[in-house]
Amino acid sequence: MTNSAQRFTLESDHLGDHLHAHGVSRRDFLEFCSKLAVVLGLSETLGPRVAHALQVAKRPSVIWIQLQECTGCVESVLRTVEPTIGNLVLDLVSLDYSHTVMAAAGHQAEAALQKAMQENAGKYLLIVTGSVPLAEDGIYTTIGGRTAKAVLEDAAKGAAAIIAVGACAHWGSVQAARPNPTGAVGVNEVIKDKPVINVTGCPPIGDVVTATVAHFLTFNRLPATDSDGRPLFAYGKRIHDQCSRRAHFDAGQYVEVFDDENARRGWCLYHVGCKGPATFSPCPIFQWNGGTSWPIGAGHPCIGCTERHFWDTMTPFYGRLPDVGGFGVESKVDLLGAALAIGAAAGVTGKGVSHGGHQSGRRPHNPH
Amino acid sequence: MAVTKVVVDPITRIEGHLRIEAQAEGGRITNAWAHSTQFRGIELVMQGRDPRDAWAFTQRICGVCTVVHAVASCRAVEDALGITIPPNANLIRNLIHGMQFIQDHVIHFYHLHALDWVDVISALKADPAGTARIAKAISPWPNNSETYFRAVQDRLKRFASGGQLGIFTNGYWGHPAYKLPAEVNLLAVAHYLEALDWQRDVIRVHTIFGGKNPHPNFLVGGMASAINLDGTATINTERLVDIQGMIRRAREFVEQVYWPDLVAIAGFYKDWAAIGGGVPNFLAVGEFPEAGVNDVDKLYFPRGIILDKDLSKVHPYDHKLVKEYITSSWYTYSGGDAAGLHPWEGETTPRYTGPKPPYQYLQDQQRYTWMKAPRYEGKPMQVGPLSRMLVAYGSGHAEARELVGAALAKLNVGPAALFSTLGRTAARGIETVLLARRMEVWFGQLVERIKSGDTRTFDKAHWEPSTWPASCEGYGYLDAPRGALGHWVQIRDGKISRYQCVVPSTWNCSPRDGQGQLGPYEAALTDNHPLVQPDQPLEILRTIHSFDPCMSCGVHVLDATGAPVVSVKVQ
Repeated sequence: MTNSAQRFTLESDHLGDHLHAHGVSRRDFLEFCSKLAVVLGLSETLGPRVAHALQVAKRPSVIWIQLQECTGCVESVLRTVEPTIGNLVLDLVSLDYSHTVMAAAGHQAEAALQKAMQENAGKYLLIVTGSVPLAEDGIYTTIGGRTAKAVLEDAAKGAAAIIAVGACAHWGSVQAARPNPTGAVGVNEVIKDKPVINVTGCPPIGDVVTATVAHFLTFNRLPATDSDGRPLFAYGKRIHDQCSRRAHFDAGQYVEVFDDENARRGWCLYHVGCKGPATFSPCPIFQWNGGTSWPIGAGHPCIGCTERHFWDTMTPFYGRLPDVGGFGVESKVDLLGAALAIGAAAGVTGKGVSHGGHQSGRRPHNPH
Repeated sequence: MAVTKVVVDPITRIEGHLRIEAQAEGGRITNAWAHSTQFRGIELVMQGRDPRDAWAFTQRICGVCTVVHAVASCRAVEDALGITIPPNANLIRNLIHGMQFIQDHVIHFYHLHALDWVDVISALKADPAGTARIAKAISPWPNNSETYFRAVQDRLKRFASGGQLGIFTNGYWGHPAYKLPAEVNLLAVAHYLEALDWQRDVIRVHTIFGGKNPHPNFLVGGMASAINLDGTATINTERLVDIQGMIRRAREFVEQVYWPDLVAIAGFYKDWAAIGGGVPNFLAVGEFPEAGVNDVDKLYFPRGIILDKDLSKVHPYDHKLVKEYITSSWYTYSGGDAAGLHPWEGETTPRYTGPKPPYQYLQDQQRYTWMKAPRYEGKPMQVGPLSRMLVAYGSGHAEARELVGAALAKLNVGPAALFSTLGRTAARGIETVLLARRMEVWFGQLVERIKSGDTRTFDKAHWEPSTWPASCEGYGYLDAPRGALGHWVQIRDGKISRYQCVVPSTWNCSPRDGQGQLGPYEAALTDNHPLVQPDQPLEILRTIHSFDPCMSCGVHVLDATGAPVVSVKVQ
């Protein structure tokens, strides 16, 4: 995933002093680092190493560009619990460009971007939200008079690594659902010569984004990923295998219609369309908004938003996934995942394959 | 004096991609153009889908307005299918949407808008004791000691001392239009940081009822979060008590921090009560149904229209009188571009005629934006908090009248001050106070219903497609934080055959129409509007941010027949 040229150069500076001056004691700081290590899927004993990495760093430059998107991913990061967005922006990194929160606009904003890219060439971390519309030479999204593609390519040049945040930056998301009117694609369709990690979801949980940033800053590399570029510490397991309602699935206890007696007992949502058996996501473990709840916890089926092409492969959202066995589920779900992947590819290339019961209105004369 | 051409792109601290162009002469803005530079085509994507899925697709129009499109979509589909949701589900949606308003308006004030009025760097020079005196004078909020403000200032000093200004780089610090004393700037910076922590707590109402935020889950026919006081995975007492705490903390922050800060800051910027008024017509579709969505006389924020700033008469609203025009937009209509089309007949066929990027100016183009121009009986309309509060005021809404009157008295200005940049910002605060109080009423009603034995949250009668008519259509209205929203859906043989949205930012960011009438952003920027230093567009940001732009919401596409997007010609 990384090589030496792409490693982040830690400059000798004094974050430890900064923190001390902030009234953060050494003990509190080490405790924080141990917790962070756990969040990152590491042993708590690695806390001191995290501490060392954070203490020697000058606040590293982070540039966050927003392309064709809805800003939901930015909002999600605003909800992080540890570190908070305030800690992140004031104490841990130098967020040198962010459309949503930066003070400057127009020329001053562009100048801030150019300055950060020049001063931190080869070292800054690039966060991208939003997709890149490639149709019609990119006229469907322009920023400062330049296309989203040009903005991304320019920002990617000097980046040490790129975090593609959200389903749009991952593969295009809702605007890339059939018929993908603007030719929207994800970051790694455009940038091929840099490490790109996909912190996916619509949106992803904010804490997964900040944990990925912290991982990079601490270990000088991006975390390990699955075959779709998603960090294993968050996307390594299937919802179905970690679901708090799994026992009801195994017992054959299902909600048959919303708000029935079984729904009021908290039974399994598979029969009302849950896509948990085909979805790899941190939702059941991290949960949302500081561990408050998660979609299945609040009685709604998973819609599979961390999976590529879920708007086509997982719809209709209330339709039942086929052939999910009660036990020995691994092999069947693996097969299912493969089938979904094939279906997704067909959906994108417009071969007219229908799956999951959805038929695009663009092909009214081709029902199947 | 020569005319200066001004381009501000990107407009930051908003949702989405907005470009403003203007002409300035002698320190005033003489002409302005609003350009939306992003297009996604979500409604086209929705053709042929299951209408029960529509809320999830339209929700992704915007992650800031993360509730509004989902609820408007549910209402449109429920209207089409003849579904009446249970009263509990209506109350839960009000609680979710109410907290969306409160959280969104506070974030807008502190994190998107405040830096137009607050000089962060000046706060470094403040006397924390002075800030503490001011804080104590305007509010009982407990974080008001000299020690507290000194700690905030020290944090800011350390942040800035290394020369890394991060998100504050290249701000307009020291600009002569900043008027606040350093001590008030420090107060605002402290609350900027507090609001960041506050918002992620109170928004958890969405997580409990909808599983997450942003983008909580909704359900056609009601809500999926079942109520069972004896259940471990349902809405039970533990969850209700958690929500009650959030509602209390929301109200405390709004009443003790946001509103006092807003009034205090506004007191230094009274000149902005005569700047940026613009379009004199105001539309509110009304929101927060208290007796079901069809009883529009029982909306907490009433429905209606104010014309020519005349508060003595509230005109009725009829959605059939909305039409969209495209003479300045990158679209074409099959029946000729001069026509105005009601959303039921809406067409959106992109036809880009602008310059090939990278480009320098769009103001010399006849067509200059992806935004259409909605008009009500041919008139441009402002939508949003000011429209709602004016309609409420004109309708005799007692609580709104009291708060508006108190605010005007405190600032020692007359009602004409409302029609301005400052008026839009103040109205946002006023309605937030109203809602922060109303949440307790809705929560109490929900508890009373549960107490009486009613736990229903979903109406299953028309869930199965076999119960649907072969063909039907529905309209879902909703007054969102940024203003009037409408979703129109047509369903044929169980699938969506047409979907159209008319969105707040489409009204406010609309371009010129065929009559040459400017849209609200454009009209506001040319209404007695200063621009002291054209290369430092601080004043433009003030007025544009007072509308709280949401560009992803504003641009959308529907093709009536499901035909593919036509070819695009780049000049």
